[in-house]
Amino acid sequence: MKRFVLLLVFAFLPVLSLAADEKSGEPVTDYFPADYPEAPSVRPEGQGIVKYAEDGDSKGNFGRHPVHDNQLFATFKTDRFEHQWKEHGVEVFLWDVQGWIGEDYNKLYLKSEGEVLLEDSHPVEEADLELLYSRALSKFWDVQFGFRQDFRPRPQRTFAALGIQGLAPYWFEVDATAYLSEDGDLSAAVEAEYEIMLTQRLHVIPRLEMGLSLQDVPEYEQWQGITDLTLGARLRYQISRKLAPYVGLTWHRKIGETGHNLKKVGDDIDTLGAVVGVKLWF
Amino acid sequence: MSQGNYVSRRRFIQGVGSAFFLAGLQAALPLPLWARANHWGLDGLPSARDRYDLTIGYSPIVIDGREGTATGINGTVPGPLVRLREGDEVTLNVTNALMDTEHSSIHWHGILVPFPMDGVPGVNFAGIPPGETYSYRYKLVQSGTYWYHSHSFLQEQSGTYGPLIIDPKDGEPWPYDRDYVVVLSDWSFEKPETLFRNLNLLGHYYNYQQRTLGDFIRDIRQDGFKETMDERLAWGKMRMSPVDLADVTGAAYTYLMNGNSPDMNWTALFAPGETVRLRFINASAMSNFDVRIPGLDMDVVMADGKAVRPVTVQEFRIGVAETYDVLVRPREDRPFTLFAESIDRSGYARGTLSPEPGLTAPVPLLRKRPVRGLQDIGMGMMVGEMNEGEMGGGHGGHGGHGEMGTKDDPRIPGPNGPEPFMPDRKTSVNVAMTIPNPRYRLDEPGLGLGHDGWKVLTYKDLTSEEPPEYADTPEREMTIHITANMERYMFSFDGMKYTEHPGPYLFRHNERLRLFLVNHTMMDHPIHLHGMWMQLENGADRLPYKHTILVKPGEVVSALITPIEKGDWAFHCHLLLHMEAGMFQVVRVV
Repeated sequence: MKRFVLLLVFAFLPVLSLAADEKSGEPVTDYFPADYPEAPSVRPEGQGIVKYAEDGDSKGNFGRHPVHDNQLFATFKTDRFEHQWKEHGVEVFLWDVQGWIGEDYNKLYLKSEGEVLLEDSHPVEEADLELLYSRALSKFWDVQFGFRQDFRPRPQRTFAALGIQGLAPYWFEVDATAYLSEDGDLSAAVEAEYEIMLTQRLHVIPRLEMGLSLQDVPEYEQWQGITDLTLGARLRYQISRKLAPYVGLTWHRKIGETGHNLKKVGDDIDTLGAVVGVKLWF
Repeated sequence: MSQGNYVSRRRFIQGVGSAFFLAGLQAALPLPLWARANHWGLDGLPSARDRYDLTIGYSPIVIDGREGTATGINGTVPGPLVRLREGDEVTLNVTNALMDTEHSSIHWHGILVPFPMDGVPGVNFAGIPPGETYSYRYKLVQSGTYWYHSHSFLQEQSGTYGPLIIDPKDGEPWPYDRDYVVVLSDWSFEKPETLFRNLNLLGHYYNYQQRTLGDFIRDIRQDGFKETMDERLAWGKMRMSPVDLADVTGAAYTYLMNGNSPDMNWTALFAPGETVRLRFINASAMSNFDVRIPGLDMDVVMADGKAVRPVTVQEFRIGVAETYDVLVRPREDRPFTLFAESIDRSGYARGTLSPEPGLTAPVPLLRKRPVRGLQDIGMGMMVGEMNEGEMGGGHGGHGGHGEMGTKDDPRIPGPNGPEPFMPDRKTSVNVAMTIPNPRYRLDEPGLGLGHDGWKVLTYKDLTSEEPPEYADTPEREMTIHITANMERYMFSFDGMKYTEHPGPYLFRHNERLRLFLVNHTMMDHPIHLHGMWMQLENGADRLPYKHTILVKPGEVVSALITPIEKGDWAFHCHLLLHMEAGMFQVVRVV
């Protein structure tokens, strides 16, 4: 029964939204009030209304657009692209890059994040690729959904992704996404960044990352609750807007049930690292 | 200095100097005669004609020794001086020699013409395809200082503009000895498309005057911790920056005066005791300027080509596309600096008014970049006293719309003031901010002005010199809201980009219309209406005529309009990139 009701609601949603759209689109005739008097006929006799704009609607008169407010842009940037020196001599290279193509409302995002352990045995620790459709939702927020493919750790996994990305009040850049794995496991990742301007070109960027899991997934070392937390601070110098090298610190900790369980088996759940990297965009 | 001296110097310039400049500098500097330094004003130039041939093509431009490619007219930036006579039937043949573009065009800014002569591709003609010539023909029914520019893509940014002056048929209204055109503009070696892309990807791309941690600490020392935090949090909550004054700044621009950089120092000559007419034209793509001549009073005698009752000022703000004619009377035998600071103080255009070539006067320092107060955008109540800001409602009469009053100030014309703006789901992405109580600000000189101890022109100071042509009681009222979302670089009217509007704004032929413009953004927008005058309702007994009105943040202005020509007309923000990003609409006069 419940299912049936839900189905009914979903079936009618498009109809409802269509009706709402009908309401919000103002008919052109509303520009003049109904009781507005006819235009005074002061034009000379015999001179009718001049012909204009008859070869198209006002947005494409004469086969031209006067302005181009739906331009397609494409860009690519490295948020983090860095070498990390962690405790106990562990060295890691980390990338966190994204690119998009689109216009004001609709964008196609490609994001990738990963870590390479700079040692011989298992070079790639983590690597994922996300393909997301992004739709402008409100003034400062985009809703994004699509797929994520984890290439590492193995075995590979595919996720459905649904999230929001945007600018929170007080200038926090936020990216929060929920992931549903092919095995039905639900997890989430939240990232937030802030920019403190020391000078016009020298900025400090505090950064917070958090992982969450809705159930235990021991094979991927995740247990229910908040799984891990990364705090970082980077000191970035903008040589130009598109080239900004940085140095910084990053601290990562497995917490909650995850931390507890990993500690039990003797894993190092708490690492501090120094980073050197560059933010680039094209 | 004696008159004889001046004659002999003048003869020297004309004989030796101009030969040198023509032969030597002209080769390196593609500047038209009127824009070159050290000439003696327009009286030495050819008088008005009724036919011009203009060719828009790629031409070299040299700024401070660096060469770039411009889309000049007849090979120069700015283009040739188009000088016409009131009452004449004129023919202006414009050829598009930009062979790789879709089209080019020339719009005669502020000139009343039949709509097919207005020159806006996609609104009232198809544009000029490469290799073709379009003949603009119209009869001039006005006189004064105007300009012309391309209305195709971003060609205006790369140099497709020039001055247009129309000699009155009955002689000038006041006497003067010298006559100069002063075209202010902004040049970037970056491609205009790059400027647009960068701003779309990062709204503050060119702003290197943002507020830093140091500013925060200084403000705490000055105003106390609580006040500073409240102010920062109010802006932060809106996700707006109070120092977002210009999108493209001196970081990308070299500001030009008659095509000369500040170092190139365009020089106008005068003899002490003369009255000099300076026709300031802001032909910039994106830069509003504050103009002054330290040591000289300026009598503003024309605004947007129309005579106004003279006002003596020491400084005026000139929005993009506006023109002001001023008379100056230098008595001393010394040079004076013509100084035009960009509104965000990131650079300046500069020239010299000098009794002889080669002299310079001290160049003032740039003033400090101002910070917008919350009250400047009509959001004063955001700090602390939230509840007080909610008041002012209950004017009634707006059936359905609202509790928020807009007519608290008797200086705002009309029985009810502007219609309030209620963004809906459709406009939610476009509109980052709405101003519940827009303010009357015509008596304010603008942000960063008026605190220097000298008189700055305000819109309230303008009174037309012409006898009233139309009734001052409107038959109809209409409100257009200026809206934007800077973070997404989306600019719009009534919360809709150009392509999102359901249809054009409708004006009735020969009606008397009151148009309210309400600025719901953080920036000053020069709003331009093609094909008809806007008479600014500034309380003057004779309302001044404007083709472009610079609307301040949080401000409501109103203008009385009589649409005298049927057709489709462009209505847009004259900041080129705002227009291109959607702050554009068609006005259909039916």
